[in-house]
Amino acid sequence: MELLLVILIGLLYASGIYMMLRRSMVKLIIGLILLGNGANMLIFLLGRIVKGKPPIIDSASKMLTEVYADPVPQALILTAIVISFGLQSFAIILVKRAYKITKTDDLDELNTTDEVYE
Amino acid sequence: MNNPYIVLPVIFQLFSAILLMFFWFRVNTQRLISIICSLISVGIAGWLLREVLQHGILTMQAGEWQAPFGITFVADAFSATMVLLTAISGMAVTVFSTGAIRNARLKFGYFPILNFLLMGLNGAFLTGDIFNLYVWFEIIIIASFVLITIGGEKAQIEGAIKYVTMNLLASAIFLTAIAILYGMAGSLNMADLSGQVAQIENRGLVNVVAILFLVGFGIKSAIFPLYFWLPASYHTPPPAISAIFGGLLTKVGVYALLRIFTLIFIPDEFLGTLLVIIAALTILSGGLGAILQVNLRKIFSYLIVCHIGFMIAGLGIYTELAIVGVIFYLIHDIIVKTNLFLVSGLIFKLKGTLNIMKLGGLYKKYPVFSLLMAIPLFSLVGIPPLSGFWGKLFLIQSGYAEGQIILIGFILLGSFLTLWVAGKIWTEVFWKDAVDLPKKMNVKYYRELKPFKQRAMVIPIVLLAGVSLYIGFGAEHIILLSKQIAAELMEPTAYIEAVLGSKSITP
Repeated sequence: MELLLVILIGLLYASGIYMMLRRSMVKLIIGLILLGNGANMLIFLLGRIVKGKPPIIDSASKMLTEVYADPVPQALILTAIVISFGLQSFAIILVKRAYKITKTDDLDELNTTDEVYE
Repeated sequence: MNNPYIVLPVIFQLFSAILLMFFWFRVNTQRLISIICSLISVGIAGWLLREVLQHGILTMQAGEWQAPFGITFVADAFSATMVLLTAISGMAVTVFSTGAIRNARLKFGYFPILNFLLMGLNGAFLTGDIFNLYVWFEIIIIASFVLITIGGEKAQIEGAIKYVTMNLLASAIFLTAIAILYGMAGSLNMADLSGQVAQIENRGLVNVVAILFLVGFGIKSAIFPLYFWLPASYHTPPPAISAIFGGLLTKVGVYALLRIFTLIFIPDEFLGTLLVIIAALTILSGGLGAILQVNLRKIFSYLIVCHIGFMIAGLGIYTELAIVGVIFYLIHDIIVKTNLFLVSGLIFKLKGTLNIMKLGGLYKKYPVFSLLMAIPLFSLVGIPPLSGFWGKLFLIQSGYAEGQIILIGFILLGSFLTLWVAGKIWTEVFWKDAVDLPKKMNVKYYRELKPFKQRAMVIPIVLLAGVSLYIGFGAEHIILLSKQIAAELMEPTAYIEAVLGSKSITP
């Protein structure tokens, strides 16, 4: 299971960066989304993938001795997902506006900022 | 000790942002409330700094959950100083905005978003938890996204695409670094991590994580190979917004780098050399870029990059004296860069252009304004005794003591390039004979503005120039403060003890 997830995370990062390097703005957004999901999966993986081991301490013992599923990374992912949702929806609207104004999807055409702008 | 009042700067900005939202379309009420709130926040920040200097490091454990389990807020001298600087430039920009930002932009919620941005900055400076730092960074960038696109001009949208992409990429890398760090050390509290990371045996992985943090914060603070988004976007929004970006947003990245690399990852020889090389190239590329540009705000954008190099250089040298230099330079740079972008806004309102080839004759026509604008311009160069001089002096001293002769060469070259650029701006914009400019219909010139708006644009520049002069002429106070901050950063025992309690320190 860990190995599968590791491969998945690697694929998500690689395809995310590949998509970001394309010239199309839509692919840029897709790349960012994939990259964000890769990061979220990575946090999930680091919270240990174990089945049926909640982090509850037995009344007899004082601390957890066995391997348990760490709840902190899951809280972190929830936060990260919410944040990336907000940011990605902003980015999508931004790209839509940019397409309306510049009439192109090509990142290489975005040269207005390099001109002598008053 | 739990001192819940140290989050007051954060809470207060949140409160003022919410209050402003109730007056969405009443722009004059918003103007009044923002000015009052920004003045109060300067008061709060000054009081916090005084408390910290008197009582040492103050901490707050959220919900009484003891560190390292809860979220910690820490106010040490460094954080409190940064909060004060944020409040001062926030106040200047708020006052300037009341005169310079058009009503159409104000009706899209400019002031509430500005207050949210300041809230995020204060949070980032005060937090003692690395994931919480990530959350504050996200608040900062989402507020800055709105500010950079507000108004929706073509150049703004295009600049925003570059800005948004690079910031989202930086966040993803930062998040990856946090994930691996948590997997290695099992903690998110920065004081706790300081001890945990030192015990990890797999040093290779620790270095990889350190590099990930360097790349993530490096994009935000615009260091050498990662700075290209900055000159492509900072000159597109209105000058007041550029001022808060140029003054504070890159400096949050520098703050985070200083925090991480003094507390969690102590630079080894490899990382130190890497930082020195990055610093040298940042200084060079920023300085050369500034020479080539003709748009005033683009010149200032490249100068931001150039001067970030000085701070990274101090971090690369990594002695206490070097950190003193970095802190002094950081304090000076925030005030001066904010002021320069405000000055560019005033010049635009006077002449209707920012192309230095078309500008000219300002000194003949507005001698008092010109002398006022000369203060930030020449403070930036660091002509003694103006404020830029002292920071560089410490950097060069510490570099000499460590035998970093080549780095000193780059620092001097960077200062020289800055002098060249400042001299060029002075001759082209102020001394050269005025060029005839066609009157633009869509620009509201300074003379046509109402008197209160004219004052709102001049007063913050005078105030910030006064602060720069104080940093230059009252340097002994700032040096004392920088020395205390540097001592606390280089010897983080007091910080760790304040967060975790004295019992947790194991020799």
